Amino acid sequence: MSDFKSDFWSWWIIAIAIGGIAWCIWLLTTNKNRPIAAESIGKPMGHVWDGDLQELNNPMPRWWIIKFYVLIVFALAYLALYPGLGTFKGFLGWTETGQYETEMSAAKAQYGPLYDKFLGESIPALAADEKALRTGERLFVNNCAVCHGSDARGARGFPNLRDHDWLYGGTPDNIKTTIMYGRNGVMPAWEAPLGGEAGVNEVANYVMSLSGRKVDAELASKGKAKFDMFCTGCHMPTGTGNQALGAPNLTDNIWLYGGTPAAIKHSIAAGRSGKMPAHSEFLGEARVQVLAAYVYSLTHNSEK
Amino acid sequence: MTEQAMTYNYKVVSQFAVMTVVWGIVGMLVGVYIAAEMAWPALNFDIAWLSFGRLRPLHTNAVVFAFGGSALFATSYYVVQRTCHVRLISDKLAAFTFWGWQAVILSAVISLPLGYTSSKEYAELEWPIDILITVVWLCYAYVFFGTIFKRRIKHIYVANWFFGAFILTVAMLHVVNSAAVPVSLMKSYSAYSGVQDAMVQWWYGHNAVGFFLTAGFLGIMYYFIPKQAERPVYSYRLSVVHFWALSFTYIWAGPHHLHYTALPDWTQSLGMVFSLILLAPSWGGMINGIMTLSGAWEKLRTDPILKFLIVSVSFYGMSTFEGPMMAIKTVNALSHYTDWTIGHVHSGALGWVAMISIGATYHLIPRLFGVEMHSKKLIETHFWLATTGIVLYITAMWISGIMQGLMWRAVNADGTLTYSFVESVQATHPFYIIRFVGGVFFLSGMFLMAYNVLKTVSFGKGAVTATIPAPAAAH
Repeated sequence: MSDFKSDFWSWWIIAIAIGGIAWCIWLLTTNKNRPIAAESIGKPMGHVWDGDLQELNNPMPRWWIIKFYVLIVFALAYLALYPGLGTFKGFLGWTETGQYETEMSAAKAQYGPLYDKFLGESIPALAADEKALRTGERLFVNNCAVCHGSDARGARGFPNLRDHDWLYGGTPDNIKTTIMYGRNGVMPAWEAPLGGEAGVNEVANYVMSLSGRKVDAELASKGKAKFDMFCTGCHMPTGTGNQALGAPNLTDNIWLYGGTPAAIKHSIAAGRSGKMPAHSEFLGEARVQVLAAYVYSLTHNSEK
Repeated sequence: MTEQAMTYNYKVVSQFAVMTVVWGIVGMLVGVYIAAEMAWPALNFDIAWLSFGRLRPLHTNAVVFAFGGSALFATSYYVVQRTCHVRLISDKLAAFTFWGWQAVILSAVISLPLGYTSSKEYAELEWPIDILITVVWLCYAYVFFGTIFKRRIKHIYVANWFFGAFILTVAMLHVVNSAAVPVSLMKSYSAYSGVQDAMVQWWYGHNAVGFFLTAGFLGIMYYFIPKQAERPVYSYRLSVVHFWALSFTYIWAGPHHLHYTALPDWTQSLGMVFSLILLAPSWGGMINGIMTLSGAWEKLRTDPILKFLIVSVSFYGMSTFEGPMMAIKTVNALSHYTDWTIGHVHSGALGWVAMISIGATYHLIPRLFGVEMHSKKLIETHFWLATTGIVLYITAMWISGIMQGLMWRAVNADGTLTYSFVESVQATHPFYIIRFVGGVFFLSGMFLMAYNVLKTVSFGKGAVTATIPAPAAAH
C-alpha cells in the first residue's frame, strides 16, 4: 500500500490502534479486579473540596460496562474483517474502490441494455417515442438543468434550448456532437483593436441596428466600417453568424450574455468565453443519444 | 500571605461571565440571520459581507470560541480557584487572557465578514490571529496549571482533569492544524496538502468538538451539577474510567468526517470503530451527571438552573449516541452532506453546550456579584424558550436531513435519479423556516437572560471580594 513508506508505519498504526483498545479493556478490568467493599458502596470517598463537594464510592453501572465490552468486541471484529490495521487488508477483502466498481458494474448490467437499444434508433424516431423522451427528460434534469435550467430555457451565458436559435446547429447530429464532445465558444476582447471605448460604442451601435433596434445612426455607420474590418470573419458580413464556429447570429435579438447596451459593449470590449463540457466519457454514447432526442424534441415536437 | 492572596480573583471570572451572555447573543443572532438567509436568500441584499459564506464562519466562531470560550474561561477560573482553595497564580496573566481573547474575537468579527479566511472549518482565522490565539492560550495554560500546582488540597478535583485535558489538547490541535505559510499579512496557505490537509483539518475539527465542546463542558458539569443539586458526584470510579477512555478515544474520531473520500480505507475504518467505542465513555459522563441528582430529583420541580443543567446532560447523552451511529459508514452514506449533520451539531451545541453554559452562568452571576438573581421566573421562562427552540430546530433538521438523503439516492427504473437537486432544495424549504423559528425561540431566551443579568448586576457593586476558606481536613 502506497500509504506507508515502510513497514514500520504499518506496525506503528497497528500498535497504537490495538494499544488503544487494550487501554480501554485495561481500564475496565482493573476496576473489576478491585471490587468496592460492600460497606463502602455509596459512601463518600473522603475528599472534600470547596466546602461541600464530594464524590461517592459507587461502582460503575453493570449495563454500561457490558455495553463498553460489546463495542470493543465489535471494533475488534470490524478490524479483523475490514482494512484498518495498517497494511492488513481484512478477511473480507473489502475496499472502497472495489465497492464502487461492483456497484457500477451491477448498474451497467442492469441499465446497459435499456440504453443500448437507443443506439439502433434515429434521434428523430426517439423524439417521437414518449417512453424514450421521459428517460431523456430525466437525464436532462439530472445532468443539464444546473446550467440550462429545468425548463431548458437557459440563463445568462447558458443557451436557451427552446428558441430555435442554435449556436452550433440544431440538426440531430449537431446536437449529439455538442453533447458528446462539448463546445468552446470564444469571443476575443476587442477594446484595443477597436481604438478604445469610443470604437466599442460605435460597433455596439451598429450591432444593435442589425436586429432593428433604435441606434445613433452616425455612430452605427462608423461602427459598420469597424465591424466589416474586424467582425465579419466570424459573424459574417450579414451579421447572421456562423454555426461552424459557434459565432452567434446578431440579427435575431437573442442575446446569450444580455442585450442591454452595457452588456453588448462588455461582450465586445472584454470578450466572452463559453464552455459546454463533453459528456461522452461520463454518460456514454447511448445515454447521449436519448438525451439529444429530448433536446431535439424541445423545438421539433409541436405539442411541447 | 498578603491580604489579596487570601481572596479569590472574581474580577476575571465576572468579566468572562458577562461576556458569555454578550457573545452568546451576538453569535446566535448571526445564526438566526443566516438561518433566515437559507429560507429567504434575498436577505443577503447582494452585499458580500452579509452573504451566507462569510457570516456562517462568523456564527460558528462566535458561538464556539466567543460564547463557549468565555463560558469555559469563566467557569474554569472559578472552579480551579475554589477547588484548589487558592487565588489564581497570576492576576496580570489572567487579565491578559481576558483582553487577549476579546481581541481575538473582535478580529474575527471584523476579518471574517471582510472575507479573510484560511478556509479551514472552525479554524478560518488568518495567521496573525492564530498567533495571538496561541499566545493567549499558553498564558491560559500557565494560569490554570500554575493554580493547580499551588493548590492547598492534595487531590485534584475531577472537574479540573477535564479542564486540563481540554486546555492541553486544544493547544496541540490549534498549533498543528493552523500551521501555514504566510504570503501576506492576511493570507496564508496550509502547511499540508491534499488528503493529508483534509485529515489534519478533521483531526482538529472533530477534536474541537471533543475537547473544546465536550471535555471542557464536562468540567463545567462536574462542578456545577453537584453544587447546584447539593449532592456528591455519583461515582468517583466511573469518572476515572470515562475520563481516560474519553481522552484516548476522541482523538481518533476525525476520519468519520471523510468517509467515502480519497482518505485511505484503513484510516476511515479506524475513525469509524473508535467513534463507536466512544459511545461508552461519553455515556459514562452522562450517567455520572444525571445520577448525581439521585436523591434530589424533587429539586427539578422548583430549580430552573438545575433544569438547564440536567436537560443539557440529557442532550449530551442523546447527541453522543447519535454521533457514533452517524459515524457508521452505511449510516454516513445517507446522512453525510445533509441537514441531519446540522441537526446533530445543534443538538450538541444548543442542547448540551449552550444549556450547560447558561445554567452555569445563572449559578455564577449571583455568587460573583453578591446579589440574588433579579428574577427566577425569567430563568424559568428562558428554560422553556430554549427547550422549545432546540426541539423545533433539531426535529426540523432530522426530517429534512433524512429526506434529502433519501431524495438524493432515489433512482428510477431506468437508472436516472428520481429528483433533481433543486427539487430537494424545494422540499427542504419549509424545514428551513421551522429551523429559523426554533432559532428565534432560543435567541429570545438569551435576550431574557441578558435583561435578567443586567438587572442583577446593576444591583450589586461589582464583583465581590470572596475570602478563601480553609480546606476541609481529609478524613
